[in-house]
Amino acid sequence: MTEIPESLLRRSAEAKAKALGVPVEQVLAEMKGEAPPSTPPAATEPEPATEEPTPSAETAAEGGAPAGGGGSDDIDALLEKAAAVAGMPQALLRRSAEAKAKALGVPLVNVLAEMAGEAPPAAAEVAPETPGEAAPQPAEAPAAVAVEEPSVPAPTGNGGGKVAAVVSPRPTMPPAGVPEGVRTQRLLTVVKAKAIQQVKAEPHDKVNTWPHLMLVEFVALLAMTGLLIVMSVALQAPLLEAANPNLTPNPSKAPWYFLGLQELLSYFDPQIAGVTVPTVVGLIGFMMIPYVDRNPSTKPSDRKLAIMLYTIFLAGSATLTILGVLFRGKGFNFSYPWKDGIFFDDLKDWVSFE
Amino acid sequence: MANGNGKTGLLERVRERTSEAVDRLRGSQFVESVLRPGSPFKKGYADSPRNRSYVIMNNVLYHLHPVKVKRHGVKLSYTLCLGGLSFFLFILLTITGIFLMFYYAPTAERAYADIQALSTNVAFGSLVRNMHRWGAHLMVLTVFLHMSRVFYHGAYKPPREFNWVVGVVLLLLTLLLSFTGYLLPWDQLALWAVTVGTNMAGFVPVFGDQVKFALLAGVEVTAGTLLRWYVLHVLFLPFIIVIFMAVHFWRVRKDGGISGPL
Ligand code: HEM
Repeated sequence: MTEIPESLLRRSAEAKAKALGVPVEQVLAEMKGEAPPSTPPAATEPEPATEEPTPSAETAAEGGAPAGGGGSDDIDALLEKAAAVAGMPQALLRRSAEAKAKALGVPLVNVLAEMAGEAPPAAAEVAPETPGEAAPQPAEAPAAVAVEEPSVPAPTGNGGGKVAAVVSPRPTMPPAGVPEGVRTQRLLTVVKAKAIQQVKAEPHDKVNTWPHLMLVEFVALLAMTGLLIVMSVALQAPLLEAANPNLTPNPSKAPWYFLGLQELLSYFDPQIAGVTVPTVVGLIGFMMIPYVDRNPSTKPSDRKLAIMLYTIFLAGSATLTILGVLFRGKGFNFSYPWKDGIFFDDLKDWVSFE
Repeated sequence: MANGNGKTGLLERVRERTSEAVDRLRGSQFVESVLRPGSPFKKGYADSPRNRSYVIMNNVLYHLHPVKVKRHGVKLSYTLCLGGLSFFLFILLTITGIFLMFYYAPTAERAYADIQALSTNVAFGSLVRNMHRWGAHLMVLTVFLHMSRVFYHGAYKPPREFNWVVGVVLLLLTLLLSFTGYLLPWDQLALWAVTVGTNMAGFVPVFGDQVKFALLAGVEVTAGTLLRWYVLHVLFLPFIIVIFMAVHFWRVRKDGGISGPL
């Protein structure tokens, strides 16, 4: 038996006892594997776990000929009746009856008779599969799976095997002790909760995404749209003369996000500034940050070095970019924007020092 | 509102009719079929914790957001919405970019004239072009700031290391998207900025010339470069960046949502 918290077990036992109309103690004993199943008629106990026999070698041997026994006239008549009861096509019913007969190792007629409501359930007397049986290893966190079952007359799955719910032809009367129309919870089976994901639920202060987060996002989105439209109305994107490969503008500058690199190029060898810095430092170095910084803390006071280094990087790239954008004039020589003007076309319309 | 002589005011009646019509519309089979249970636009929506969950859970938004988020993550001061804004700018750029594609041919003969014509012959052409260009600059900026925000929060620490790596790829793709777009107006600015930029690629050890050749589709910027960069800009790079964004957003969720609080 898997380890289920006592309270959970008790609740499901109570529900089951109520549904079956048997004392709770009996159900509990049964669950603990100390007593035979309290299943009254199997029809009211359609849970696959208790009804479906363990397909042991013996039963398989016994039930080798599922269609055996009973004349074919018999079968046809029963089939017709069962189909009428279940309200389903004969062919389908036959297939499910055969499957059930094979699974239980009983003759087909018996199954059909049962389906037609003429015989007691054909369930072979096999000890119910205890839920934990299939999983001998200790379960870390078992979970109870309950199904909601209407206790009003409704077809209850007793087809057994794979076709369980579909084939149940016999309407079951509400179990004793349950008032008409009351829905009961039944413990269908106990499965081992073997999570596919690691569930480490830590208590967190959470709020609903709607409306709290969505609202913030919506406002941010509107603000950004507004900013972009205002910018685009006020500032014309540059368009110079048509491209002319024979006429090199002086200076030629890269887009601003590469200007820091271009600035570096004027100090260092191109192998360093043009290749090593962007790929090794920029790309690979940045990707490696989480693997190099092994300090687990996220508290700023514990990360002084990391914060300092990143801030130096930020300040450095900002300085280089601003230098490249504003302080480089003809021939990429140093110049003062307020004296010599701005040599950066994206900015021409934005700032002027007239 | 009765106005003395027993007649209802015109305004009142119009309001009544409108609300009736809206109710009928909201109750119609079509609207019912469009809106999933729990939609706040549905008739009879009531604000309740359960419905607040349904708004997300029963909605295509569930692909982006969990039903609940950490309280501190909602505060604007935590993420500054920078990742979200980067994504939003990408969407705006896609929309304005598609508009521009209707009026632009990536050939040396037409490209420049087409861009010029945007400001003279096309309704809103100039506005949309400006939005596309400034939006691109803004996106580079927001992505960069987003990265800085993530760094200062130490949000790249386990279990989020890999999402940081994905993020660096996103930054690179953003820069490449911006840079490939820079060439398309085919003016002096475009031509020479790209010449300067790709010259740097020529310094790659050993394969420098080959890398440069592949980038330019030749030894210098030509019409072949224009076509190549156009295809990269409107098709290849957006395709790749969308895939990486999908992984990025997925990992934000699977790594336990927004990091923190500090
Ligand atoms: C196209 C570019 C990018 C987009 C659209 C994007 C989008 C997002 C979004 C929407 C979030 C959710 C939290 C937030 O808004 O801050 C996020 C988180 C994150 N991003 Fe990005 N991002 C991009 C680039 C980057 C870059 C360049 C990096 C780092 C190199 C990065 C690393 C991260 C990390 C580690 C998180 C998790 C942060 C946390 O849990 O606090 N992303 N990203």
